[in-house]
Amino acid sequence: MKKKNLAALLLAGALCFGLLAGCSNGGGGNGGENSGAVTIKVGGIGPTTGDNAQYGTATEWGAEIAVEEINALNGPVKFDFKYEDDTGVADTAVAAYNSLKDWAKDAPLVIYGCTTTGPCVTVSAETYNDRYFQLTPSASSPEVVAGKDNVFQMCFTDPYLGTAGAEYLKNNGLGTKYGIIYNNGDSYSTGIAEAFIAKTKELGMDLVATQTYPDDKNTDYTVQLNACKDAGADVVFLPIYYTPASLILAQAKQMSYAPLFIGGDGMDGMLDMDGFDKSLAEGLLLMTPFSAGAEDERTKSFVEKYQEAHNILPNQFAADGYDCMYAIYEACCEIEGLADMDSAALCDALAAKFGSGTFKVDGLTGKGMTWKDTGEIDKSPLIFKVENGAYVDAQ
Amino acid sequence: MKKINKNARSGFLNYGIVTAAFAAIQILLLVQKQVRVTLVSNTLQSLLVPACCYIVMAVSLNLTVGVLGELSLGHAGFMSLGAFSGIVASFLLADAVPFVPLRLALSMVVGAVFGALGGVIVGVPVLRLQGDYLAIVTLAFGQIIKNIIMVLYVGVDGKGFHVALSSDRFNLEPDGTAIIKGPMGAVGVQKLASFTAGFVLILITLLVVQNLVNSRSGRAIMALRDNRIAAESVGINTTKYKLMAFVTSAALAGAAGALFGLNYSSTVAAKFDFNTSILVLVFVVLGGLGSIRGSIIAAALLYVLPELLRQFDIAEYRMLIYAVVLILVMLATNNDRLKALVGRVIPGRKGAAANG
Amino acid sequence: MSFLNNVITGVSLGSIYAIIALGYTMVYGIAKMLNFAHGDVIMVGAYVCFFAMGSFHLPPVAGVVLAVLVCTVLGMAIERLAYKPLRAAPSLAVLITAIGVSYFLQNSAQLLWGAATKVFTPIVGTSGNSSLELIPGQLSISYVAVLSIVCCIVVMVGLTLFTGQTKLGKAMRACSEDKGAAQLMGIDVNATISMTFAIGSALAALAGVLMCSAYPTLSPTTGSLPGIKAFTAAVFGGIGSVPGALLGGILLGVIEIFAGAYVSTDLSDAVVFAVLIIVLLVRPAGLLGRYVPEKV
Repeated sequence: MKKKNLAALLLAGALCFGLLAGCSNGGGGNGGENSGAVTIKVGGIGPTTGDNAQYGTATEWGAEIAVEEINALNGPVKFDFKYEDDTGVADTAVAAYNSLKDWAKDAPLVIYGCTTTGPCVTVSAETYNDRYFQLTPSASSPEVVAGKDNVFQMCFTDPYLGTAGAEYLKNNGLGTKYGIIYNNGDSYSTGIAEAFIAKTKELGMDLVATQTYPDDKNTDYTVQLNACKDAGADVVFLPIYYTPASLILAQAKQMSYAPLFIGGDGMDGMLDMDGFDKSLAEGLLLMTPFSAGAEDERTKSFVEKYQEAHNILPNQFAADGYDCMYAIYEACCEIEGLADMDSAALCDALAAKFGSGTFKVDGLTGKGMTWKDTGEIDKSPLIFKVENGAYVDAQ
Repeated sequence: MKKINKNARSGFLNYGIVTAAFAAIQILLLVQKQVRVTLVSNTLQSLLVPACCYIVMAVSLNLTVGVLGELSLGHAGFMSLGAFSGIVASFLLADAVPFVPLRLALSMVVGAVFGALGGVIVGVPVLRLQGDYLAIVTLAFGQIIKNIIMVLYVGVDGKGFHVALSSDRFNLEPDGTAIIKGPMGAVGVQKLASFTAGFVLILITLLVVQNLVNSRSGRAIMALRDNRIAAESVGINTTKYKLMAFVTSAALAGAAGALFGLNYSSTVAAKFDFNTSILVLVFVVLGGLGSIRGSIIAAALLYVLPELLRQFDIAEYRMLIYAVVLILVMLATNNDRLKALVGRVIPGRKGAAANG
Repeated sequence: MSFLNNVITGVSLGSIYAIIALGYTMVYGIAKMLNFAHGDVIMVGAYVCFFAMGSFHLPPVAGVVLAVLVCTVLGMAIERLAYKPLRAAPSLAVLITAIGVSYFLQNSAQLLWGAATKVFTPIVGTSGNSSLELIPGQLSISYVAVLSIVCCIVVMVGLTLFTGQTKLGKAMRACSEDKGAAQLMGIDVNATISMTFAIGSALAALAGVLMCSAYPTLSPTTGSLPGIKAFTAAVFGGIGSVPGALLGGILLGVIEIFAGAYVSTDLSDAVVFAVLIIVLLVRPAGLLGRYVPEKV
């Protein structure tokens, strides 16, 4: 009995030790040749394991390339970059965020992320209270920025894409009867879908089939496709990610149903999936700010570096991540007295800069991008059509 | 007589350990404020409340799995019920009860009531199933709860309270506020949870579970676990006692869920999935079936472990290491030679393990 | 006509669940453990076939054979390293170990092959028309679906014959009935259990290839949801029963499709699991499971 108590106490002691162990381990130094450069810590959060790992790793790798380039510029600002895994879950994201705070200690810290909406909404409430500037590459719900002056988005908001999709179809006279298939367990997909449905009503478009599925791990979409087919939809809107979308395209082909498919920015990346039969996507329309096949120098160099490092083509997530780093860098360069700022002061300065409406950034996902003071980005989606396995401008 | 004393003493020790850990952390936090030296990192501070929730989850699941002896794979479902009902309750009570601790307590009570309701709904029909069949029904229940909350819309406006199962049937006036928005989950939640509340919830959980286990009912429940037929033959009401353990467990999970939900500004139903149920089950099994102290320690350590692994530079191997640790611990704790060794070093360990 | 189409889709989805469930039920029958890593063995099998066909340009048949071989070895290795030391341990300890193995396989797969989704090339019906027209323009069935259904029936008949007629199969049944007595009769219990895992994992590899041919996306977590669904199917049909797994798998597929088509796609998962609960309430040991009343 006594010995048992001892064992229990030892375990309790181990627990306390575990609690204390979190205090060790300091942050890195600020090396580099430009002795006058100010080092800003950038802490990224996103899922690098689990179901959403492909999106998290893309935002991580895209940002890494930008950080390397920025640090090689020998400019007035250098970045110290660290990326933490949130497994796509909100409470883990909060823990990841706090571990970044521990990593930064008293050095100025900027939060980059989260990749997915759910964790981002939770973490943005924390950064708002703690006063850290936060820029998300891909969390697109309006909830992410709502009521928070310190949080900005690099991607389109969901309602914006849904509205833009409906308007594009209407203005170009595409289709007579419309169908939509979306993931009602996902806020990105539901957000776009709801705006699209509302806009079709407003524009008097004939929406004949509204179909949902509960989970991106779903495999069979024939029920949803059949409903669209039976209702006679000749345009089907797919505001979903490319993985389920590739299954939908394959299954539609199998049942010889060939409407015009149109998707949002989540669809970018489909053509680069290892083993994907590109003929399935022939004629697909997608609204995305980025194309890995673009001919400009900057995109080419980015794609080359990305492929060399990771052996796959970058998608829109990676490009948004790359742009995030440059946006933060350029904003920091324009801030005066940067060297004396702590995280909170930097947060206010960056938020003022981004929210000014005059701060412009050129990136891979848009030229002359500006932000509204609400935190939403102002850039226009490019509309591409897939022809012969490549994007063609369909504006 | 001696046996009961031993149980009581063991129970008191549990209160002692929890209180000591709580006091130690509070003192460290206090010192930290004074001398500005990092004693408890931000990471650990952010883990305190969820760790309390998971401790309560583990202890309550232990009641079902360890004490009642029925495998449950849907414990996160009750947590989900508690989280969302607690969030709605705290929202509705915001004006009526401005005093935060009381509002938090009331929300947790609401969470517990909904958890218990869920427990009754699942428990009454299915507790006559056994073993893996019961396990699959609890799994199914967890999935159903997740699926329904994912399409659930709840809000209030001038006309009152609105509940709908799809966004187009959810007709909120423009001045209204949506509390739960389908796949977005609950957003804009006012964070009420605190470490102290978590501590109190653990104490209440211990009070409820330990008193239940050491009571006449508790002995009946354990008799059912050890030999159902023998227990029935001496006149123990199977359904009543099984339901008692199951519903208590569900209610505590509901309260933990409410605390968890009120610790974050937003919560989605997808959080409370099969993986979360499994996570809690892992705590219970690693801590030792039936051992309440084991559950507390295992939940605290294992919840914190993956987060502490962050500070070593092993980002991509973090979850892999977690998996290997899990397998190795299971192999080590069930190794007969190792057990014999432990038995020789710490005599009396073997007999005491069952009723921690 | 859409009704018939839904039936066909349901049956072909169900036949894939059924093959996974057959592996589950075999292992459960003899080892009395819920092997939560089974779904991840499926994923490994699909990856092996994917790389065999994609990177080494092997013909589909060779890819399938290689996947089956690799998974057989993997299954036996997992059994030997993780489960065998726990033979005398409580069943929950084995369950947790299985979960650990599942996490291990998922995370290793991500480190080895990356998190990006890969698109699997179906092993049949890639050239030209991928489906068989039953009523032109109205009713069709894909070649992959035909293959899945055929495989499913062949596997079930094969397993029934194997467990019923061969010496090894009888040894397996003896072990599942009473390990102690089987050992006294001179049956090598360890070898028999190891063999069961080998067969179960080989079936998992086959299921992985068929599943990814029918639904051609592949990522490290591909196996987890079908794993749970197949577990459900095995319990549905009566866990431990070979025909039960087949029936359970096919019914689950059909219910899933019908729930989406005729009830609501919003709540299709909830409907599937609600049906499962109702069935278990009426038949507590599953559809074809043997209900063994305990004797005093």
